[in-house]
Amino acid sequence: MAKTTYLEAIRQGLAEEMASDDRVYAIGEDIGLYGGAFKVTEGLLNRFGAERVIDTPVSETAIIGAAIGSAYLGMRPVAELQFIDFVACCFNILTNFAAKSRYRWGAGVPLVVRGPCGGGVSGGPFHSANPEAHFLHTPGLKIVEPSTAYDAKGLIKAAIRDDDPVLFLEHKLLYRRVQDEVPEEDYVVPLGQAVVRRPGDDVTIVTFGAMTHTALDAANQLAERDVAIEVIDLRTLSPLDYETILQSVAKTNKVIVLHEAQRTGGIGAEIAAAIAERGFEHLDAPPVRLASLDTPVPYSPALEAAFRPSVEQIVAAVEHLVEY
Amino acid sequence: MPATTATRPSDELSRDQRLELFYFARLTRDIEERLALLYRQNKVVGGLYRSLGQEGESVASAYALAENDAVAALIRNLGSVIVQGIRPRAIFAQYMAKGTSPTHGRDLNLHFSHIPNGDDGPIVIGPISTLGDLVPVMAGVGLGARMRRRRLVAMTYIGDGGTSTGAFHEGMNFAAVQKLPLVVIAEDNKYAYSTPVSQQMAIPRIDQRAEAYGIPHEMVDGNDMLAVYDASKRAVDLARQGAGPSLIGVDTMRMRGHAEHDDMRYVSKPLLDAWEARDPITRYRAHLIETEVATETDLVEIEAMSRQYAEDEAGLAEADPGPDPATVADGVVAGGHFQPSVEIVRSPFRVKRGASRHTQPTVVHP
Repeated sequence: MAKTTYLEAIRQGLAEEMASDDRVYAIGEDIGLYGGAFKVTEGLLNRFGAERVIDTPVSETAIIGAAIGSAYLGMRPVAELQFIDFVACCFNILTNFAAKSRYRWGAGVPLVVRGPCGGGVSGGPFHSANPEAHFLHTPGLKIVEPSTAYDAKGLIKAAIRDDDPVLFLEHKLLYRRVQDEVPEEDYVVPLGQAVVRRPGDDVTIVTFGAMTHTALDAANQLAERDVAIEVIDLRTLSPLDYETILQSVAKTNKVIVLHEAQRTGGIGAEIAAAIAERGFEHLDAPPVRLASLDTPVPYSPALEAAFRPSVEQIVAAVEHLVEY
Repeated sequence: MPATTATRPSDELSRDQRLELFYFARLTRDIEERLALLYRQNKVVGGLYRSLGQEGESVASAYALAENDAVAALIRNLGSVIVQGIRPRAIFAQYMAKGTSPTHGRDLNLHFSHIPNGDDGPIVIGPISTLGDLVPVMAGVGLGARMRRRRLVAMTYIGDGGTSTGAFHEGMNFAAVQKLPLVVIAEDNKYAYSTPVSQQMAIPRIDQRAEAYGIPHEMVDGNDMLAVYDASKRAVDLARQGAGPSLIGVDTMRMRGHAEHDDMRYVSKPLLDAWEARDPITRYRAHLIETEVATETDLVEIEAMSRQYAEDEAGLAEADPGPDPATVADGVVAGGHFQPSVEIVRSPFRVKRGASRHTQPTVVHP
C-alpha cells in the first residue's frame, strides 16, 4: 500500500463519500477554484462540479446556515471553515440551530463542519485554535480529531455518514507531516472509540490530535529508562470513550491528560474529573493535566514553544507520577 | 423594483379564496385571543407573543406559497403556519408545554418544525431565539431544494430589529449570489422590543436593505392583505422561475408589547390609535363587503366558525397531558425514540392558491 498523508486521506475520504452518495456536497470559502487554503478539497470542483463544491462569500454563518437548511431537504453537507478559529463566527448557528435541532424537533442535521485546528506552525492568535472545549459543552454536537492518516480517512467517512452534526478538527501540523498506509477499499473508523496507540503498565497518557505524537515521543524517551507509558488516542472527543480510559487507568493507576488547548476549562478537566469520580479506587496519584498556558496562542516560535506542552514537560510529569 | 404588472395577482383570486384569506386571518386572531385567556389563567408556561395588527401580512404572504413550499415563521408569524396547515391544537399545546405538542414540551410557541419526507406536504421550519439565523437556514432550504431538483420556494420573515443582525446580511447575500428561491418578508412593525426603527436603521424604508444584495424589493402596506398577497405572489413566482430571492418590506404595527408582560408604555397613544384605524382584518372585512364578495351574514358565519374552532382546539390541548419527565434525556443524538410529528389540516375552503397536489389531511377544520 502506498503511503498517504493525513491531508490526502481526508480528501480521499470526502471524495469517496461524494462519489458514493449524491447527497454529500462540500461548501466553504475558496474550496473550489483554489482547492481550499490547505488544498484539502483540491480537484473536487473538477470532479464534482460547482453545484456540489460551492465557493461561498466570506460568511461563516451563511455557510453553516445554508448547510443546515439543505440538510433538512435531505442533503449531507460538509462545510469547511478555512481555519477552525473562524468557528467563533458561526458559534451561534452551529450550537443553537444545528446542535439543538434533533432535541427540539427530532430533525437531525447530518452536517460535518471541518477545518484546520491547532498550533505549532506560528499561526498566531487567530490561526491556531483548539476549540473543542467550547463545543464539548454543547449537547447534540459530536467532536472528532484524528491523529493518523488512516484514522483521518476512516473518521471523515464516519462523520459524513453520521446523522448528527460533527465538528471535525484537522490538526494542521499533521496535514503533511503524518502519513500512513491507507487502504483504497471502503472502511470507516467508528465515532466514539478511542484507541491504545502504545501499551504500557506504568502511566497512562490520555490525549488526541498532534499531542498523540508528542506523547509517543515522550514515551519513546521514557522507555529507555524502563518506564512503560500507555498512550490513548481519543480520536472522538464527544462522546468520550470512558471505557477505554478507565480500563487503562485500572491497569496503570496513574494518569496524565494531555491536550494542546489552554488548560482552564479544557477537555482535560472533564476527563480528569470523570476519572476521579469513576476510577478513584484505581488511582495511586492525583490525575495530572498537561495543557497549554492560559493565554492566547502567541505568534513567535519561541513564545509558542513556551506556550504548548512539550516532550520535556511530559517526561517531567511522568517522573513526578512514577515517584509519587 | 419588480415591474408593476397591469393586473394584480389578487385579481385572479376566486371568491372562496378571498373568503379563505379572511378565515385564516380571523382564525389567527382567534387563536391568539384564546391564548391570551390561557395566559391570564397561567396555563401558558412561558411568554405570549401576539401578532395583533400583523395577522394580515403573515397570512397573505404565506397564502402566495404552494402547499408543499417551505415557510419559516418567527414567533409573531402564527398566521403563516396556520395557512400552511399546522393544526391550531399544536400551537396551543406548544404554548402550554404539553407532551402532545410538536416538540413534546421541549420548546415553545412557534419553535417547531414539520419536515415531511419528499414532496409530501408543507415544510415548516421553526425559529431559534437569536434572530437572523432563519435567513441563511432558509437560503439553505432553497439550496437543498435546488440540489434535490424540487421547485419549491422558501419563505421566511424578519423584523426590523432582525435585519440589523449579521446573520440576516450573510444569509441575504448568500441567497442573492446563489440565486436561491427565497422570499423574505421584512416587517417594519415599528418596534423591536422597545427600540424604534429610527434607532435600528438609517434608511427610510426597510426594503432598502435589499439594495445591498442586488435583488428585487418593494414596500407594501402590511395592513392591506391583498397588497401583501400581490407582492408576495410576484416574489414567489420569481423565485420559482429561478430568478432568485426577493425582499418585501411590510409597513405594519405591533399592537401589543413584545410579549404580554410588556405594557408598551414607550409607544404613544396617538400612534396606536392611528394604527388601530388601519387594522388589517377590519379593513379586509370591509373590502369584502364593499366589493360584494361576501355579505355580512357570510362573514359572521365565518367568524363564528373560526372562533368556535379556536375554542375547541384550545380545549383539546388544555386537556392534553404534560410530557413524561422520563423522556427528558432522549433523542439528543440519533438513536433515541423521540420522533415528534405535527398534524397538518386543511381549511374548510380547501382552495389555497398554488396547490399543486393534495396532501391527505388526517383532520379537516370544522
